[in-house]
Amino acid sequence: MQKRLLLDSKLLDITISRLCQQLIENHGEFEDTVILGLQPKGIFLAERIKTKLESLLQNKIQTGQLDATFHRDDFRRRVTPLKANTTNVPFIIEDKKVVLIDDVLFTGRTVRAALDAMTAFGRPSKVELLVLINRRYSRDTPIEPQYVGKHVNTMFSQRVLVELKEQGTKKDNIWLVDKKDK
Amino acid sequence: MQQLSSKHLLGIKDLTTSDIELIFETADNFKEVINRPIKKVPSLRDITIANVFFENSTRTKLSFELAEKRLSADVVNFSSSNSSVKKGETLLDTVNNILAMKVDMVVLRHSSPGAPHFLARHIKANIINAGDGTHEHPTQALLDTFSIREKLGDVAGKKVAIIGDILHSRVALSNIFALQKLGAEVMVCGPNTLLPKFIGNVGVKVELDVKKALKWCDVANVLRIQMERQQIKYFPSLREYTLYYGINKQLLDALDRPITIMHPGPINRGVELNSDVADSEHSIILNQVENGVAVRMAVLYLLAGIASDN
Repeated sequence: MQKRLLLDSKLLDITISRLCQQLIENHGEFEDTVILGLQPKGIFLAERIKTKLESLLQNKIQTGQLDATFHRDDFRRRVTPLKANTTNVPFIIEDKKVVLIDDVLFTGRTVRAALDAMTAFGRPSKVELLVLINRRYSRDTPIEPQYVGKHVNTMFSQRVLVELKEQGTKKDNIWLVDKKDK
Repeated sequence: MQQLSSKHLLGIKDLTTSDIELIFETADNFKEVINRPIKKVPSLRDITIANVFFENSTRTKLSFELAEKRLSADVVNFSSSNSSVKKGETLLDTVNNILAMKVDMVVLRHSSPGAPHFLARHIKANIINAGDGTHEHPTQALLDTFSIREKLGDVAGKKVAIIGDILHSRVALSNIFALQKLGAEVMVCGPNTLLPKFIGNVGVKVELDVKKALKWCDVANVLRIQMERQQIKYFPSLREYTLYYGINKQLLDALDRPITIMHPGPINRGVELNSDVADSEHSIILNQVENGVAVRMAVLYLLAGIASDN
């Protein structure tokens, strides 16, 4: 079985700290910036980043959860439909800077759907994308992230397996695995 | 990743408990959508839905139409009163003609029990039963149980009394099936003449005294007296019915705890339900209507999702 560890708990912590510093470089005190985690796993990452940013800045950071299921372009085209998750955006994003957060960027189709889903909550002044793992050379859409935890060269036969403690696993581990060995 | 066990929604009887739970979980998400400033999602933008109504309806038709439009589907409406059905066209021909215009889903209301089942055997589109005669009205039962779940936290273990014209009510039958699948206890209450002969066989309690029924239950789902389906007299007069089975504030005040009041609409105010009850804080009648759109969006979305398999 091909299984390669991309990030473990310690490295993940270091990576998130670095991403937070990069966010602060661009967004300062976060007065006009909100963060939106993408369902299902981006929300855990968004929560961790929010906690870290709040302790660094001593400032409340508006955080929401966005589910793009109803905006996907593969509805009726995939064998089993994806199950929808909760969307919880308790603020209006009109004229705000939005940082979208997701775990893995692959084809970019989820992010495209999320950009669409986001417009229900207003017109942001700017949107940026933060991903933990960027799978290079695999995009179907002209979408590129501004903040990247780790760039990985992958094949279509592989997938990135994200295990975070919030889902009930013992440790944080992010693996690159062959699709058939889930 | 989950999907419904059937490509049609013909009745609650054919659904599994996990189907109902999947519909509820999806409806939770749609309820959030319809409370946004922008209430629309593009999921069904490549789907055309025909609302085929052979019987009058306000709430159900509006609710389905809104649900379809909020999912961005294209909608065509058909009602038999101003159509070629009057010229003698059969149900199957009518629907096949509609389908020839490339319609993907059909929402059907018909006065004959089993009409949607008949169509489902003969045509390819997904069929949603919006009420077939005195048989089933599945989306109403789904929105009723969804509303109970929302108000009381859960359906399992709750005691629900269905009060009124059980004999002519498709809402009653669908509700009984849905409530039982979700683990609630069900009682039906009404005058003997308005209770079906074999109602005991579906595993519900039967009560003739409305006071006892109200004392027993957590939720009272009050049904309308369906004058249009009654060819003979089932009770001496409406006034007498109201006297014995009408629910008013005094009856509820006499109970030791508040109960939740539901009604599928349209209400005959002052007959089965008094205004002081219908408009009280314990009534969730308008929540039912709001939830109806979310539940129907969930049903349409989930059924459309499995259409690609065929």
